[in-house]
Amino acid sequence: MADIAATAAPSTQTTTLPARLAKGFVNRLVIIIPYLWLLFFFLVPFIIVFKISLSQTAISMPPYTPVLDFSDGISGFLAGFRELNFDNYTWLTQDALYFNAYVTSLVIAAISTMLTLIVGYPIAYGMARAPATIRPTLLMLVILPFWTSFLIRVYAWIGILKPEGLLNQLLMSLHIISQPLVILNTYTAIFIGIVYSYLPFMVLPLYSSLEKMDYSLVEAAEDLGCPPIGAFWKITFPLSLPGVVAGCLLVFIPAVGEFVIPDLLGGSQTLMIGKTLWNEFFSNRDWPVSSAVAVILLLVLTIPIMFFQQAQAKAQEQGR
Amino acid sequence: MNSTWSRFNITSIALGFAFLYLPIVLLIVFSFNESKLVTVWGGFSTKWYVSLFHNQGLMDATWVTARVGVISATVATVLGTLAAITLTRYTRFRGRVLFSGMVFAPLVMPEVITGLSLLLLFVAVGLDRGFFTVTLAHITFTMCFVAVVVQSRLVSFDRSLEEAAMDLGAPPVKTFFQITLPVILPAIISGWMLAFTLSLDDLVIASFSSGPGATTLPMKIYSQVRLGVTPEINAACTILIAVVAVGVIIASIANKRREIQRQLDEQAAQRG
Repeated sequence: MADIAATAAPSTQTTTLPARLAKGFVNRLVIIIPYLWLLFFFLVPFIIVFKISLSQTAISMPPYTPVLDFSDGISGFLAGFRELNFDNYTWLTQDALYFNAYVTSLVIAAISTMLTLIVGYPIAYGMARAPATIRPTLLMLVILPFWTSFLIRVYAWIGILKPEGLLNQLLMSLHIISQPLVILNTYTAIFIGIVYSYLPFMVLPLYSSLEKMDYSLVEAAEDLGCPPIGAFWKITFPLSLPGVVAGCLLVFIPAVGEFVIPDLLGGSQTLMIGKTLWNEFFSNRDWPVSSAVAVILLLVLTIPIMFFQQAQAKAQEQGR
Repeated sequence: MNSTWSRFNITSIALGFAFLYLPIVLLIVFSFNESKLVTVWGGFSTKWYVSLFHNQGLMDATWVTARVGVISATVATVLGTLAAITLTRYTRFRGRVLFSGMVFAPLVMPEVITGLSLLLLFVAVGLDRGFFTVTLAHITFTMCFVAVVVQSRLVSFDRSLEEAAMDLGAPPVKTFFQITLPVILPAIISGWMLAFTLSLDDLVIASFSSGPGATTLPMKIYSQVRLGVTPEINAACTILIAVVAVGVIIASIANKRREIQRQLDEQAAQRG
């Protein structure tokens, strides 16, 4: 006991001023380090993208004429403001290619989100109703593909979908079709790719809200004569809505700007904005226009991203 | 419970898992194909693995990817853990909304935007693109995933343990290293592994932020895939899958052991 008292005695004095300052310093450091990192590597880059989207294309390296040069002081800065040029944005509105790419991306993302929900819901539901002993195993099996490379999983589908690929071989040997189906390099292939790649993102939030659900409610409804399908739509589905919303956002937002899937599975005929940005940057070397494409893509996604953050913050509050 | 697990549930799970796993299984099977065609079986062979190890470009890329992965995952784990502590422990400070926004937004941000914006930053500050810039870019986007994983563990953490340690005279830093860190360690380890695999996996952000001499494995695979599908790529992918699978299995076994040990300790403590 004496030992404890002896060690405890000096600590009661740690509330002295220097100790408190030291503690405050550590606390501040914990916040400041990640804060500064994210400010510098996440927020500042967006400001630069915005800035470059307003500058002119130039044949040099880097291929744009800088605007808003801070070296002239504040007056030069303000003068620069007057010279900002929205040509890149005007260009985007004039060329139908960009508008089509935006709309197509949103439509493809929306359709594939719905498809992922339709495919993912029965899986999540089955998992939530599984015996409690095998649920962790099932959960792990859903998460596992997420650990394997995205690129590899998309690549695997090329071998399956191409005209002389495994799917066509199978269907033709079963005499279901006589001519190989053209799936690779079409929008269908993109749908398959997105559903496949993002399925775990849909299943996990669905599962976590379905697992928490009180199934005696469904039983009560059925006892009162509600048919199982009616009980599903009246009770199960509404109660799983938070999971549905979270899953849909997790699939929809990245799918809009997806590059790898439309590029590898969609071929050159399909049009999506992530691919357009990539080509603008790597093939046309037009940095200002690709920045403008990125700014508009970001604006289009602002609302869903804010919804996502709100959902995250809410989950954080509930977890506490 | 068993009675409610109907045939419909079992079928949907079985079909779902078949959909998730069949493409990967086929990819692995055809990496052992004798024929040069990826889709026609010509007998068993490991020759593609042999030719893989003689492909200098691919081996260089593997080495770059491994180094980028280890360095970026380690730094990202430190930063992400700090971010998670900030999010759960400091509920009130100026700019908290912005901070949590910056932690959650990269999780869903399209990669093309993150990649482009980081590249423009590197150009603006005059950093030469290469190994260093890829590593910085990977730290940035993976630290947010680490933050989310660690945060979920911190939320369920029993803070009375920390209070007890501090009441007994442990200074906050010591309390963190002796009490908090061991408890959240499993989350930190899985955060590291997640960061590592994300880095291993990334094509888009690496393509933007990399320069000559720092081609990562996904970039190499991507450029070869564009030229055509070959069993050699299947072999490279199979090795990558095997590495990750072994890592995940070891981690989950270690986790389970620790869990069992903890339960035994708790039982011993209750008896004692």
